[in-house]
Amino acid sequence: MSKELKVKKIRNGTVIDHIPPGRAMDIIKILNVNMEEDTVLIAVNVDSSKMGKKDIIKIEGKLLERDEVDKVAIVAPEATVNIIKDYEVVKKFKVKPPETVEGVIKCPNPNCITNDEREPVRTRFVLESDDPPVYRCEYCERLVEADRLPDLIR
Amino acid sequence: MFHVISIRDFSRDDIERVLERAREMEEVYETGDDRLEGKILCTLFFAPSTRTRLSFESAMLRLGGDVISMVGKEAASTAKGENLADTVRTVQHYCDVIVLRHPKEGAARLAAEYSSVPVINAGDGANQHPTQTLLDLYTIVKEKGRIEGLRVGVLGDLKYARTVHSLVQALAEFGARIYLISPPELRIPEHVRVDIEGKAEVTETEDVTEVLPELDVLYVTRIQREMFPDPEEFEKVKGSYKITRRMIEEYADDDLVILHPLPRVDEIEPDVDELPQARYFDQVRNGVVVRMALLDLILNG
Repeated sequence: MSKELKVKKIRNGTVIDHIPPGRAMDIIKILNVNMEEDTVLIAVNVDSSKMGKKDIIKIEGKLLERDEVDKVAIVAPEATVNIIKDYEVVKKFKVKPPETVEGVIKCPNPNCITNDEREPVRTRFVLESDDPPVYRCEYCERLVEADRLPDLIR
Repeated sequence: MFHVISIRDFSRDDIERVLERAREMEEVYETGDDRLEGKILCTLFFAPSTRTRLSFESAMLRLGGDVISMVGKEAASTAKGENLADTVRTVQHYCDVIVLRHPKEGAARLAAEYSSVPVINAGDGANQHPTQTLLDLYTIVKEKGRIEGLRVGVLGDLKYARTVHSLVQALAEFGARIYLISPPELRIPEHVRVDIEGKAEVTETEDVTEVLPELDVLYVTRIQREMFPDPEEFEKVKGSYKITRRMIEEYADDDLVILHPLPRVDEIEPDVDELPQARYFDQVRNGVVVRMALLDLILNG
């Protein structure tokens, strides 16, 4: 494993590691990151012993909220989240598929009422089974495999 | 019981409660009653279904209630200008219960979220039609006295026919043995099959005559053009199965019960109608009885 760091360390904040290559920007889009103020380091297509290639995101001064971790899990089910304090990893965990996914993704069924733009409705998907994770739209009841979710982010 | 949106929301106990109340309604169906006097039902049909609407209206009138409705063109023109959430928030003030048919899947769930009065789903696109499932179950219990251990064949479009999925899931839950009979192109979706195989013994076949001698109940469905995403696919399979009088006389048990949600196109030959096994027109009456039971449970508790 190469010890050379492609992205410099952050002092306090969050590192999201083991993101599938090319997905980093999708994650930035769904996190509450202020691109005008926050310090964000993004590495794309970095060599990884585990994944071949991977993306990494480091956000200075930010701790992820619960729902943000859930969103990361949708795009990058293999991701690990590291909480950094004074340049040290103080907490490290793998993301898990969330029980419910609200508002983040659109339903793949074009005839679902949630795809009617006139209606005041947020999408809601509930985890129906694990291994492999499958979600069900609470409205049209269509089943959606979790690995399709990244393509359905609004 | 408040909203009736999806059979998935019903526990086994809930279903049994509806069937029990439906049995009580058999007599009320004959004599009429005034238990829902002063209550108003509004049928809100954004997609056509005259039978389902009339069945609900008949059920309400037999219980002494009143009916108002917005159907067809009226509902359709509203749909152009106004969203469903607004329509529901308006109509709720005109009535005590809303019966909704809508072309989009999930419409009833959305309507229920905005409505202060109970919403009954009378079909949301290709998704759910819970009162159909309940009346199918009621018919089977009424005809056979039970569901557990019954051998029930379901024939036809098992891929797109919305009510078939709910029906076989409920049958599996109640312990029936299930025979899935369809042309290869119209086989039941994998996830539904896996789901019921976990609960019931399931046989899949293309040839109805092969399993006909074993069956207690044969539930026939029609192929619905509007359910097919691809018209070419529809052309390929339409008319691909048919129950004939000869088939029943040659292979079926005398006390087989043949059901069909109606309307029929050509999947059951008309001369089957005279056979003692044909019960699909009795099933229509059961639809009214079950809807009476639901209205009574919802509005009277």
